[in-house]
Amino acid sequence: MNDLVLETKGLTKRYGDFTAVDHLDLSVRRGEVFGLLGPNGAGKTTTILMLLGLTEPSEGKVNVLGFDPARQPLSLKKRVGYMPDQVGFYDDLTARENLFYIAKLNGIPRDQIKRRVEEAIERVRLTDVIDKRVGAFSRGMRQRLGLADVLIKNPQLIIMDEPTQGLDPELAHEFLSLIHSLKEEGTTILLSSHLLHQVQAICDRVGLFSRGRMVLQGTVPELARKVLGGAYRIQIETEGSAAKFRKALEGLRDVNAVTVNDGRIILEAQKDIRADAAEAVVRAGGRLRGLSVESQSLDDIYTRYFEEAKHETVN
Amino acid sequence: MKPSTRRMAARGEREGSPWTGLGAVLTKEMADHLTGVRMLILELLVLLTAVGTLYTALQTIRPGSNNEFLYLRLFTTAQEPLPAFVFFLAILVPLIAIALSFDSINGEFNRRTLSRILAQPVYRDALLMGKFLGGLFTLTMVFSAIWLLIFGVGILRLGVPPTTEETGRALWFLLGTIFYGGIWMALALLFSTVFRSPATAALASIAVWAFFIFFWNIVVGVVAPLLGPQQITTLEQLVAAGQLQMILTRISPITLYADIATIMLQPTERFLGFVLPVQLDRAIQAPLPLAQSLLVIWPQLTGLIAATILLFALTYVLFQRQEIRA
Ligand SMILES: Nc1ncnc2c1ncn2[C@@H]1O[C@H](COP(=O)(O)OP(=O)(O)OP(=O)(O)O)[C@@H](O)[C@H]1O
Ligand SMILES: [Mg+2]
Repeated sequence: MNDLVLETKGLTKRYGDFTAVDHLDLSVRRGEVFGLLGPNGAGKTTTILMLLGLTEPSEGKVNVLGFDPARQPLSLKKRVGYMPDQVGFYDDLTARENLFYIAKLNGIPRDQIKRRVEEAIERVRLTDVIDKRVGAFSRGMRQRLGLADVLIKNPQLIIMDEPTQGLDPELAHEFLSLIHSLKEEGTTILLSSHLLHQVQAICDRVGLFSRGRMVLQGTVPELARKVLGGAYRIQIETEGSAAKFRKALEGLRDVNAVTVNDGRIILEAQKDIRADAAEAVVRAGGRLRGLSVESQSLDDIYTRYFEEAKHETVN
Repeated sequence: MKPSTRRMAARGEREGSPWTGLGAVLTKEMADHLTGVRMLILELLVLLTAVGTLYTALQTIRPGSNNEFLYLRLFTTAQEPLPAFVFFLAILVPLIAIALSFDSINGEFNRRTLSRILAQPVYRDALLMGKFLGGLFTLTMVFSAIWLLIFGVGILRLGVPPTTEETGRALWFLLGTIFYGGIWMALALLFSTVFRSPATAALASIAVWAFFIFFWNIVVGVVAPLLGPQQITTLEQLVAAGQLQMILTRISPITLYADIATIMLQPTERFLGFVLPVQLDRAIQAPLPLAQSLLVIWPQLTGLIAATILLFALTYVLFQRQEIRA
């Protein structure tokens, strides 16, 4: 089998006149963590539903682990774990009973069920409450149980819709490290999220969604190059007004843009030209207070991209 | 990918058995029903009516009263102010069936468990069927217990064991009762996939029930004459008009069930349908053997089953294409 775990070609979903997902070409490679990003209503959940055959595509092809969700849903779902954006459980059953049911639906042999359930629960550190009713679980516990529920079938691919939504920072962090350890074990993961720094922390590649289209796809540095124009953002702080150095800085090599606000200059450049920038400021008679380079954050990419997109539609 | 699945995909077929996972769903549903408070209330309700009607019936049926089919009369004997147990069954069985399944699918949807379940390797067919059979088996267990109770009390109070004929008739009637429950269960299941809110689904099912109980005969009374000839002049026309009315009333599952109850529990009844007094005269008033009675109600039994299958198929088609966003 080839290296692609998941592939869509021209995948489209229409609700009446409205196109929720528009000719999407998505490919996820074996062993990577892929992040789907995009504002509310961009079509992330709809895409995920189509991957699992939970809603019918209007057009296009889906291939997950070599299976077509419409024709071979059983083989597909045996190998793919799905964690919906709001996981629900049978509140009057215990954590163990809830997972037992899932294990049975997966056709796991009777003599293995108990062990598999306990291992999955152990993995998400819910062993203490394994025999408690899920109705009494907190949001974080439910979310972790949701992950255990996915782990029961030892999936090759895990699809998670906003897995860290509503978790406190500590738990979110724990969740991310769990995802990371799954990746280490060779599981491919596709997740959607709004929390950009988290996505940046764990995703190998991200896809940026906007109004049903995948507008950007690649690693974070790749996107930075595309969207921010330069890979480096250099911040310069000077004594007094900074505006007078703009000319000098714009003249430097590899500079894409210079923006000035108050005593601060932001330099966008293709290389780390901190030394040149410092020299230019000093030459122009300025006194440096601070000089730093920011690594590009997904936040900037995201904000910038959608700002530009907005400008374009306005004009 | 296995070559066999690939070949199937090429032919455009679905892989595997549609019933994969049916057992798991069925066990879960039955466990839910049998441990649920809802079921407890329903059981108490049935038990109450059974004991009440049984008590009054035993007031009139005395041991040694030289009447045939004593046990069957336990079901059919009414004494003021209480109607017979069959009457209660005709009214209560639909309600119990509806109560067991009006929230089968939308309940899962609202608990947000549906997408998690359907992300497992099972077809939607299996989920629907498991829910339906889970309810039906629960119903079967409850009514079998009630039947046993009635026969048990009968043995104690009547002092004679039931004949094979009586037992056979009671069992066929039990089967009819379960099928009667099945059609209402299929109806509630249909509404539970159509309506997102369980309350709406319950209300819609009850509306159908009320319509058939209270209004269907009135509707037939109005509609039948409109469909037939304007003026009835010949005997054939009279028979035809009567038969048309009969057919129309039989659209109601309650009528079908009443037919089954009449023929099975009252062995002397041998005709269903429109009977002219002339024909009745020719009928001998001796009880009909069980096999003959069965022949009479066979259309009713199969009608109930066919309608149930139809409702189930409709539910399946609607559910199959539904988007599961929860
Ligand atoms: N059943 C439906 N009928 C009509 N429109 C729908 C339906 N379901 C979703 N949509 C629309 O499709 C678009 C995409 O929705 P989707 O849930 O995929 O967005 P999302 O990217 O997951 O958003 P969020 O970040 O808020 O979860 C939305 O504009 C939504 O209003
Ligand atoms: Mg979403």
